[in-house]
Amino acid sequence: MNTRTARPRLRRLPLNIAAAVTVVVCLFPVYWMISTAFKPSKDIQSTDPQLFPHTWTLDHFQRAVEADGFALFWRNSILVTLGAVLLALLVALGAAFAVARMRWKGRRQFMLMIFIAQMAPWESLIIPVYIISRDTNMLDRLPTLTLIYFMITLPFTVVVLRGFIGTIPPELEEAAQVDGCTRAGAFWRVAMPLLAPGLMATSLFGFITAWNEFAYANFLIIKQQDNRTLPVWLSSFQNTFGTDWGATMAASTLFALPALVIFLLLQRHVTSGFAAGAVKG
Amino acid sequence: MPVVDQRTAPSTPRRRPAPRLAVRKGPSPRGRAHGLWPYALIAPAVGGMLYLLVYPLVRAVLISFQDFRLRQLIAGDAEFVGLRNYRTLLTDPRFWEVVRRTFLFMAINVALIMVIATLVALMVERLGRIGRTVVLCSLVLAWAMPVVAATTVFQWLFHSEFGIVNWSLTSLGFDSFERYPWFANGTAAFAILVTLIVWQSVPFAAITLYSALTTVPLELYESARLDGAGAGRIFRSVTFPMLRPIFLLVLSLEVIWTFKAFVQIWVMTRGGPGDATTILPVYAVQTALSGQRYDLGSAASMVTVVLMSGVLLLYFRQMLRQEDETR
Repeated sequence: MNTRTARPRLRRLPLNIAAAVTVVVCLFPVYWMISTAFKPSKDIQSTDPQLFPHTWTLDHFQRAVEADGFALFWRNSILVTLGAVLLALLVALGAAFAVARMRWKGRRQFMLMIFIAQMAPWESLIIPVYIISRDTNMLDRLPTLTLIYFMITLPFTVVVLRGFIGTIPPELEEAAQVDGCTRAGAFWRVAMPLLAPGLMATSLFGFITAWNEFAYANFLIIKQQDNRTLPVWLSSFQNTFGTDWGATMAASTLFALPALVIFLLLQRHVTSGFAAGAVKG
Repeated sequence: MPVVDQRTAPSTPRRRPAPRLAVRKGPSPRGRAHGLWPYALIAPAVGGMLYLLVYPLVRAVLISFQDFRLRQLIAGDAEFVGLRNYRTLLTDPRFWEVVRRTFLFMAINVALIMVIATLVALMVERLGRIGRTVVLCSLVLAWAMPVVAATTVFQWLFHSEFGIVNWSLTSLGFDSFERYPWFANGTAAFAILVTLIVWQSVPFAAITLYSALTTVPLELYESARLDGAGAGRIFRSVTFPMLRPIFLLVLSLEVIWTFKAFVQIWVMTRGGPGDATTILPVYAVQTALSGQRYDLGSAASMVTVVLMSGVLLLYFRQMLRQEDETR
């Protein structure tokens, strides 16, 4: 019994080592990206890499930001992403309200459709979407991407919003209706404020999905290079910058930053598992 | 604020009779009194799905039965050729090689992801409060890393000349790794892609499994321990059965997401060197957009969809079961 104090600590040692290894493995690539971005070029291209940069520099960031079209691609990404998320939010709000609050024939079928759409094999639809966009003169245009990202985020948005609306007691709105609100007015004034955190989280996840999307942006924007988005720009960055890994990592950092910040902010939601089966970074 | 009050105040009595009328008319207020409203509300969503999902899918099926190359893309008038494209594909040994590789890739990835994620989840559950927060935070950060950024970083990590991996391996005494060109060797490139995908996928799986673990009542563990069960036995007889539904859900999601490794592969290797990292979606896009054989590419995509739908069915069964439970 007197070994009781020493034993747990010893027994916990492998556990703590495993935890430390997990943390290092998870964080090292992220850390290496950021630290490379801040290192002077001669330290990057050395046969003896430094784990901690001795001297810091912002040169790489400057080169990345000043690279051709960076501001333009940033703007494109923001436009496409915001457009898709807002559209998805608007459409999903209506659909989620109908599913959560109304009774109608085909509700279950509609939800099944949403679940199927959530698992849509987008990777296998690149070819027909390319051909359709070509036929309808939608190639090389940002609205095409907006529409596709809208569709990619919509199912998830409906599912999550339905969950959030379901947690708001309908009696609240009924009370407002008794007090003279229309049904829509009651929803807008009573349910919407309660829904705000849910809307926020949902739209941020949608934002990340659209922000990261690469395949469609790569294959649908071909000739009009000015309409490219950040992921495509980043993937071609090494081609334009060759061996300038400092600038490449600075560009990656700038691109990853919004997503990293949003995920950390949403960590509570992420860990509470509400995103189960919903988003893939 | 007062302005708003004044403006809304008179409108209230005018609007008030309307709902009363509706209530007096409708026999059951909560039954089917909604009429066409729900359908109007879902119409945009249904329209979007029809035009942006169903139509492309139908189009892909059609193209896979047509003779559709660059000429047909520009001029239209594609001819139907029945099953010819599928016959061409299924008799092509290269295609079978790709299918085999796709399954190998999927199996390795999913097995590694599930095992590591389960271990990490079990570990997180046993950690103290601070340790748990730190581990969860780093998992979330790794998860948040955008696919293209992570792929670029991994290319840098495994860089032949200045990459940190080669440096560490050489420092540890493996001299053969000095300037080892990872992306020139098929197996090595395949291994890097697996590492990348496992690194990206474990956080989601681990966090989901961990949150499922926290729902297992502690009393179950206690009574199992009182009955003399060891750690392994407890996992097999208590933890795993409780986690089974969520475990299956995560498993099928990971299988589906491995198919989405398209982006990582395209950015990192474009399916090369040679064919070493070409899996089905990559093969389909290569055939269609680089080789201008849209018909063959579509056929390959359809084969992919059919192969995936088996897994999807499993996923939907789980999903619907949970749907019914929450109802």
